[in-house]
Formats: sequence, structure tokens, C-alpha cells
Amino acid sequence: MKTVYEKPKSLNDVHFHYCPGCGHGVIHKLVAEVIDELGIQHKTVGVAPVGCAVFAYNYYNFDFSQAAHGRAPAVATGIKRSKPETVVFSYQGDGDLAAIGTAEIIHAANRGENITVIFVNNAIYGMTGGQMAPTTLVGQKATTAPYGRDPKTMGHPIKVSELLSNLEGVTYIERTAITTPGEIMKAKKAIKKAFQNQIDGAGFSMVEILSQCPTNWGVKPVDGTKFIKEKLQEVFPLGVYKDLSEERKGGK
Amino acid sequence: MAKEFIKGNEAIGKAAIMAGLDCYFGYPITPQSEIPEYLAAEMPKVGKVFLQAESEVAAINMVYGAAGTGIRVMTSSSSPGISLKVEGISYIASAELPCVIVNVQRGGPGLGNIAPEQADYFQATKGGGHGNYRLLVLAPDSAQEMADFTMLAFDLAEKYRNPVMILADGCLGQMKEAVEFKKTVRKEYNKDWTIGRGEKDHKVISSIDIEPEKLEQRNLKLLDKYKTMEKEEVLFEEYLCDDADLVLVAYGITSRVARSAVELAREKGIKLGLFRPKTLFPFPKKDIYRVSQKAKKMLTCELSTGQMVEDVKLNSHKDTEVYFYGRCGGVIPADLELLEQAQKVLDGKGVRF
Ligand SMILES: Cc1ncc(C[n+]2csc(CCOP(=O)(O)OP(=O)(O)O)c2C)c(N)n1
Repeated sequence: MKTVYEKPKSLNDVHFHYCPGCGHGVIHKLVAEVIDELGIQHKTVGVAPVGCAVFAYNYYNFDFSQAAHGRAPAVATGIKRSKPETVVFSYQGDGDLAAIGTAEIIHAANRGENITVIFVNNAIYGMTGGQMAPTTLVGQKATTAPYGRDPKTMGHPIKVSELLSNLEGVTYIERTAITTPGEIMKAKKAIKKAFQNQIDGAGFSMVEILSQCPTNWGVKPVDGTKFIKEKLQEVFPLGVYKDLSEERKGGK
Repeated sequence: MAKEFIKGNEAIGKAAIMAGLDCYFGYPITPQSEIPEYLAAEMPKVGKVFLQAESEVAAINMVYGAAGTGIRVMTSSSSPGISLKVEGISYIASAELPCVIVNVQRGGPGLGNIAPEQADYFQATKGGGHGNYRLLVLAPDSAQEMADFTMLAFDLAEKYRNPVMILADGCLGQMKEAVEFKKTVRKEYNKDWTIGRGEKDHKVISSIDIEPEKLEQRNLKLLDKYKTMEKEEVLFEEYLCDDADLVLVAYGITSRVARSAVELAREKGIKLGLFRPKTLFPFPKKDIYRVSQKAKKMLTCELSTGQMVEDVKLNSHKDTEVYFYGRCGGVIPADLELLEQAQKVLDGKGVRF
């Protein structure tokens, strides 16, 4: 009998603890499939954030290091510099990467660290219960912005892909979403490229993924993708923001 | 072997490379910048990693990442920078990762100044960051010990899978002295807990235990380790304590001044002694007790408003009188000043702690 589908070897046979309609599970699977396809399971080291994905190491079947809030790019740098033969990726939420860890992501990118960053942007603090994130939309309600985000006092949503793509050290940045099967396949392709770049020594690659958090957005699980398509994508347009993958092969 | 005339900070850098340092991550701050400067020049020559991080926060988290792979890794800073590192240090201690952290203390609190102080004693020995953890803390008193203790620190860090701190100060860091670099034999420790080996038995480096009972077990395991350190790793030096009427207790640069005060006193027939802890954690509790029981009077001298003196008091015999004399803000007392203070205590005019 021909196997047409199976669970990636890079995932353990355990249940995800994520809420109904949450995007983390889909993204975990995409990353695991890519790692299987590239045949790098045993030399991959993941770096888990503080956020809903803090237990990522329970789901993934390879080496992991759990980082302090926001510090995943620094931890990934430490691992990659001490063991250049490993394939290292950080997996971070928007609070982790774009608020408390802003310095670490900018400087890892600027150094052109040969690592891969999976940036899960759900425009909210999931783990701690729906507080405002740096990526929360103007007018969007959060538990710490009960009247909606007011840009006069709370600033505007930070566009990380746009910001980082201005840095010389960055090789590849793409923003994707996991709203439809087609977009999910695009996200997977981007993730694969971001890992392939590291294997090729091409330098810093990040894939931003707009992801659902229906629980903290206060919408039904089925309406999560609708919010992304109608609201998030307007502020965070999908697409490739920088791509020097070919030129930089073998550079690291 | 020939001696080399070298700054304390550079002695740390050189000794670290001799001990097999693989990666250094740090951020500039006076009065320790000669450590990263030395390593920036020397690490590439031996094919090792030097990286200037964007902050102390980033540096300690790079250390966390690298330490998980089981290589030899070090960071260094001075007081305000160490304050920034403590969250990361707590994670490293909880995940039981070996690394060496150097604190070349400067004047505080706040931005303070760049002159020597010993006011980070509490931070270094009582945890500093959150949670039940301890660092193994070594307190050198010379450029020679900056080198010796650096080599020792890497070994202890791997032996206990625990961060080891070298608690120096701006004076020791900046002072040039003759140092003999004694190459030690590197002990090999089990590395099958590390990540990044490319093996199929995958490992996780983490400090999170959601279940209270599990986290309690982690804490108790750490406590066991600290108790073993207290049994096996205490280092101290006694100088003329046997017949002393008053024993000065001091570590680091202050112990150098205190030693000189003891010598001056002895020339005059005044019986002073010196007790110098070399490990601040584990603290030489039993030996303080033994010495205090005999001497009846102890005078703790520090570049602080009174930190180590609490441990001296806690561990001294109940009938022993414990006194304190401290200067801070970067002021270092002269030997005559300490002698004068000792004389006051002996004349019954000292202020008890
Ligand atoms: C130093 C520190 N500050 C704050 C927290 C509390 N905290 C845990 S997760 C989190 C926000 C996570 O949000 P995000 O990164 O967007 O990830 P998500 O949970 O949405 O996946 C915060 C503030 C912490 N653990 N450590």
C-alpha cells in the first residue's frame, strides 16, 4: 500500500495544547514537514519562546532550547556560533519578537546570523490572556486596551518584516498567512526556503506568519482566518520583502 | 615558568583561552573592557568565537544558548551590566548549564562610577536574580588569582553544571602584576545532556516546570548541589590568626590592604590576623566559626556599607564581637586606616555590627 500522508517524523505523537482555531498547530506542522523533507531532523535545534509556543519542545522531535522572553535570537546565536554544523531556528510570537525582544531580533538580523526565524504574528499576547501586542491593530481591543488601541498614546502596529528588510545583514524575509490551503502551501514554501538558506550558508532568513488567535480576538474559531484576511492583511501585506538567497549562497 | 607583567583583566582573558574557552559574548563597560578587548584580538588567532553583543541581556542569553551545547563559554561585565544579566543567569542556573561570568565590580548604586567597590556581594552570593539558585563565587585578590581562578572556574562550572562567577573589582581589573600562567590539566565531564550533537537521543534545555511538584523537585536537586559545594569547594586563607586578638576578615582587593595592616600591626607588637574567603559561595562558615571562637573579636572590612559582614556575623561564635569597617563609592582605605580601626576595636571604642 502506498502511504499518501503521514505525521512528520519531526513531530512527537502527542496532543497540542493550543486553543481551537489557533494557528500555532498548523505552523508547527509546516516547520516539521520542512525539516523532514530537508533531512535535517537530528541536526536541528529549535529555540522556543516565552509565549503560547513555550512548550514547542514537547511537540517537536529534535533538540530544543527554551529561551527567556524575547531572547530567542540571542540564544539561537549562541547555539549556532558554538555549533555551526547545526540548523538553528527560533520560533517567536509578536510580543516576544517585536516588543521585549526587539533589540535581539534587530541585531541578530543585522549581523546576518545564519539562522532561521519563524515569526508568528497574531497581533495579541496569547499566553498571558489577550493583552495588547506591538502588532495589535489600531482600534483593536485587548485586555490592556479595553477601548481599542489608540495610536495617540499606544503607537501604531509595528511592521517587523518591513523594518528588518532594510537591514544589510538580512538575506530573506517573506510575510505569509495561514488562511487558506493555498496560503498555507505558500507559507510552507517560504519556511522551506528560510531553512534551505541556512543550509546553504546564505544568512539570516525570517518568515512572518499571520496567525489566528480566536480566543483572544473574541471571535469564533471559524472566523479567525476571516479576521486575518479582512483586517490584518490590510496593515500587514503579504509578500516577499527581501530576497538575496541566490546571491548570498555560501557566504556564511 | 617565567612570569608575565599583565593587567588583571587581561590575565582573565589569557587564562580563559588557556582553559579552552570556545566562545565569549560580552558588552563593553568600564572597568572590565580589557577582557573583551583582549579576547577580540586573541580568540580569532586560535579559531575561537568572540562576539560583541548588543547588550548584556543579549550576551548572557547567547551564553545560555552556547552553554547548552556543552562548550566552554564566558561573559564578563561590571556591576550595572551584571544587573541586566541576572534574569539570564537565573535561567542558566535552573537549566544547570556550565559557564563562567566575570564581574569586575564598580561603584554603585545606579550608574555610580568606574572606581572599585565590593557592593555586589549580596547580588553575587545570595542569588541576585529570581528563584532559589546560587552561583559558585570565586573572589581573587591579585592578577595571579584572576588567572588561577579563571581556569578553576571552568572546571567547577562543568563539574557542577552551574554558573561560576568571578567576583573581582575595578582595582584588580586595572592593576598590573606579575603572573605565572600555570596550565592545568583539563578534566573531561559527561556531555550526553547537551544539544547540538547531531545524535538521535534528542535533548531539551529548559527551566520551566508547570507542575508545582516537579518544580519543587528541580529546586531540591539544585539545593543538593549547593550543599555538596558547601562541603567540598570552600576555599579560604588564614594569615596569623592563631594567636590573634583581633582577626580582620576581608576578600579581594580589601584583603591586600588588610594584610598590610596586619603586618604593620605585628611590627608594633599588636596581634592582628587576617581571614580571607576565596570562595564567597560557598562561604567558609565552619572556619569563620573556628577562628572567631579563638579570636573573640572580628573586624570585617569591605568596600561596601556592610554586606559580607552579615555572613561573618551569622557564622561567628555567639560570644564573638563582630565589628565592621567599610568605605565605598570607589574609596579604598589605606593600611594605616585599617590599623587605626583595628586599634579602636582593641581599645573598646569600635562600633559593633
Ligand atoms: C520577562 C518576562 N516578562 C513577561 C512575561 C510574561 N509573558 C509571558 S508570554 C507573554 C506574551 C507572549 O505573547 P506573544 O509573544 O505574542 O506570543 P503568543 O502567546 O501570542 O503566542 C508575556 C508578556 C515573562 N514570561 N517574562
